[in-house]
Amino acid sequence: MTGTVTPKARLTPHDRPHSYVGRSLSRAGAKRAVAGKGRYTDDITLPRMLHAAFVRSPWAHARIKGIDIAAARKAPGVRVVMTGAEVAKLCTGPWVGTLTCFPTMKSAPQFPLAVERACWHGEPVVMVIADTRALAEDAAELVEIIYEELPVTVDKTTALGPGAVVLHPELGDNLAFEKTIDIGNVDQAFESADLIVEETYDFARHTAVSLEPRVLLADWDAASERLQIWTSSQTPHMIQHVIANTLGIPDHNVRVVAPDVGGSFGLKIHTYGDEIATALAAKVLGRPVKFVADRLESFGSDIHARENLIKARMAFTKAGDITAVDFDVVAGAGAYSQYPRTSVFEANQILNITAGPYKHKHYRAKATVVYLNKVPSSQYRAVGHPIGITVGESLLDLAATKLGIDPLEIRRRNAFPDAAFPTKTASGVKLADMSFTRCFDVLEKSIGYRALRADQAALRKQGVYRGIGLAAFIKGTAPGPNGYYGVGGAPISAQDACTIKLEPNGGIICAVGVTDQGQGVNDVMQQIAASALGVEMAAIRIISGDTDATPYGGGTYASRATAIGGEAVHQAARALRAEVLELAGVLLQAKPETLDLISGKIVDAATGMERLPLREIGRIAHFQVGQFPNTVHPQLSHTRRFRLLDDLYIFTNGIQAAHVEVDMETGFIKHLKHWVVEDCGRVINPQLADEQVRGGCVQGLGGALYEHCVYDENGQLINGTMADYLTPMSTEMPDIVVEHVVTPTSASELGAKGVGESGTGAAPAALMNAVNDALLPFEARVTAQPITPESILIALGRV
Amino acid sequence: MKTEETQEITCKVNGERITRLVPVRQHLVDFLRMDLQLTGSHIGCEHGVCGACSVRVDGKVVRGCLMLAVQADGQNIVTIEGLTDSGEVADLQAEFVERNALQCGYCTPGQLMTAAELLAEGEISTREEIRTFMSGNYCRCTGYHAIVDAIETTMKRREEASRAPRPAKGKA
Repeated sequence: MTGTVTPKARLTPHDRPHSYVGRSLSRAGAKRAVAGKGRYTDDITLPRMLHAAFVRSPWAHARIKGIDIAAARKAPGVRVVMTGAEVAKLCTGPWVGTLTCFPTMKSAPQFPLAVERACWHGEPVVMVIADTRALAEDAAELVEIIYEELPVTVDKTTALGPGAVVLHPELGDNLAFEKTIDIGNVDQAFESADLIVEETYDFARHTAVSLEPRVLLADWDAASERLQIWTSSQTPHMIQHVIANTLGIPDHNVRVVAPDVGGSFGLKIHTYGDEIATALAAKVLGRPVKFVADRLESFGSDIHARENLIKARMAFTKAGDITAVDFDVVAGAGAYSQYPRTSVFEANQILNITAGPYKHKHYRAKATVVYLNKVPSSQYRAVGHPIGITVGESLLDLAATKLGIDPLEIRRRNAFPDAAFPTKTASGVKLADMSFTRCFDVLEKSIGYRALRADQAALRKQGVYRGIGLAAFIKGTAPGPNGYYGVGGAPISAQDACTIKLEPNGGIICAVGVTDQGQGVNDVMQQIAASALGVEMAAIRIISGDTDATPYGGGTYASRATAIGGEAVHQAARALRAEVLELAGVLLQAKPETLDLISGKIVDAATGMERLPLREIGRIAHFQVGQFPNTVHPQLSHTRRFRLLDDLYIFTNGIQAAHVEVDMETGFIKHLKHWVVEDCGRVINPQLADEQVRGGCVQGLGGALYEHCVYDENGQLINGTMADYLTPMSTEMPDIVVEHVVTPTSASELGAKGVGESGTGAAPAALMNAVNDALLPFEARVTAQPITPESILIALGRV
Repeated sequence: MKTEETQEITCKVNGERITRLVPVRQHLVDFLRMDLQLTGSHIGCEHGVCGACSVRVDGKVVRGCLMLAVQADGQNIVTIEGLTDSGEVADLQAEFVERNALQCGYCTPGQLMTAAELLAEGEISTREEIRTFMSGNYCRCTGYHAIVDAIETTMKRREEASRAPRPAKGKA
């Protein structure tokens, strides 16, 4: 790289000479990106390429009475104009965003564009394809649509009430999903409690705001009846199936390539009607068509998330033991349940994970998900966790204050001890291989907890109000097929795969089903493959993000790439290694178990003496295969698939801390520093793991402090620009200290758990607890996110 | 509808003099990306907020989405491609890679453009000052910490090099 010697190149004493696991190696993709040579979908230009623009509903709810496309059709450069009805006619049928594992859930059928009714502000209604995007937008302005504006449902708390406008009359009401968990005897636990704390928490709707918007380029080859797609996607195989199935093309005739992806965060694992319509247009016209969402379109059509209102209470003994948890979640989904992952995961996950680190036995939680005339909501980074963790951790702090117990001590008192695993939470999820006690100890030391508390007390006397907020957490990663994807019936693989091949020159081609969006998945796969096989990093080429070239996989979502895809790579590489040693044994007339493969060389296992370079195996097995006896058939290619067996997730754990200063005059929050101690099992690349945590934290902090998709009472999204919708800027964010406690998961040989979302999951809770800690002398509290300066002044009674 | 109104412009892009006919409504980044295939500058918001489209025009970093291509007539434009070829920030780019100060890379050319301007001032800034200076360049992946680290390290290395007995090469 730079030629400088840095600590990141050092091997730990436990590493074999060829092991790259546990080393912070730089990313090849990073070198390309800093030179401006990243290749994102919008950077690809094809001959005769056309561009799509969409006319979108200006109303949150309106009947489409008539569409006049005559003027648009005649506009310069226009190739086709298609209404929602025309698009629907060319589709095999509508989508319905339900999963069979949620038997009570219901959703209305949805086509790529609105057909008779538009159900949210920003829903695509008409598609215009023209020679340039500018001409397509010009023509879109000439489309005349006669709408009959309909009344709306935008408030989740009244969506099921009498008189509420029912979005989809065929569903009977606006209820998407309802679920209750009731474990132990909650009522009795509350009756006998020494202390009950109770609050209502309000979480605003927000969205991912990937800097690269959604983008898709489609090219239809009429001769072979194949569709080629380039798209900014985390899940090429899922998108392949959805497009193929919707357009009536066999899956294997749709190739989906995900080039460099400019940020995704769960946004790019979903089906979007404008993208599917673009693919359809390419097929209709026989020419390549590109669609790039502009920023306003992104705010009005990318999935939203987090809109939840939670009334919660927690029961305690005098000594500070949690005895029971009871809460009620109302989640505001959008106009449809997002196909095929649905819009109910967030609420369901809140039920799974709230107060998850703790030993209480009585637990009751109810989720109600309702349809609203808003953008459909669905999975976004750390699904449900920022909400559930905030609720549990905030109530815990409130009780600690009332009982006069230190926040760190009340967590130590209640968390499962490290020797308790495997165990189950009161909500019923299995926890294994965890380390709360060790994480708390590391955090206490890292943060200098006692000194920081003393400092806080001293500053309060000077009128400086600082707060320290803690948030312990569990985070579900790497879901298995027995949870949702699998038993739910959606075309989404919870399994992932690797095909690894030995080439004639000793090079290794390693194709994986998981995908890279810049977090370094490819590099991590390379480190795992090189280590398991016993070759140099440079000998390996990783292929990902191409359905023609990779084994079928789920892609990257839910912190699964390293934990699931990485184990598949590990197993495939071990299989190839075993074959290489078998073949070497034949050539060298030695028993395979007496040989080893180290740094690309076959050596005597006992002495380390070099016997044969790997490239000789490759050369002979490909070009001189007659040198082997007739009974030996070199395969040189191995595919392994991996999935979680019985568990819902591989849960990780940890604790975060935020240190803030609140200006009581202005309500402004200065975030001074943030700490994370977490246990993602075996860490393959420490630097990349740390950066996942840091970036995740800031995304969580954005939701806690700034981000909010604001709707008015008519269902108009009123802040659809980045000037109005605030995301964190560098000056507002703190330095973040990240440390790891390593407890490898017993679910795989590699031992890696997921790491991409826990930062996002717990940062909002730590931040809100810190703010409330700063407000403590004023007996003021905030319970809504984003925590705006105004909300602080209201809590203080100053406005 | 009348046909697209165009105007001829002549400007210098990454050291090369170019003349093109451009639609008068086209902004500078679309021109750079679509007409000149300089795809290193990215479009994030087209509202002048996110900084992904930052390019250097006559020595100053500007939002490429807030400037029309016709306004570039007679100007000297440097994009990430030109900045890379000149080697002006090779040390900063290497440090971004080393420190993993980028993930998806979409904002990175803009981050480098702005950081280059700060580094060119030739003074040591505190982390706080770096954070403030860089606030017009949004990043959704890194959380900024690593970006601040990379700029700070580069700044210190340059300072050390400038104080070394042998004079450092060039003005960078």
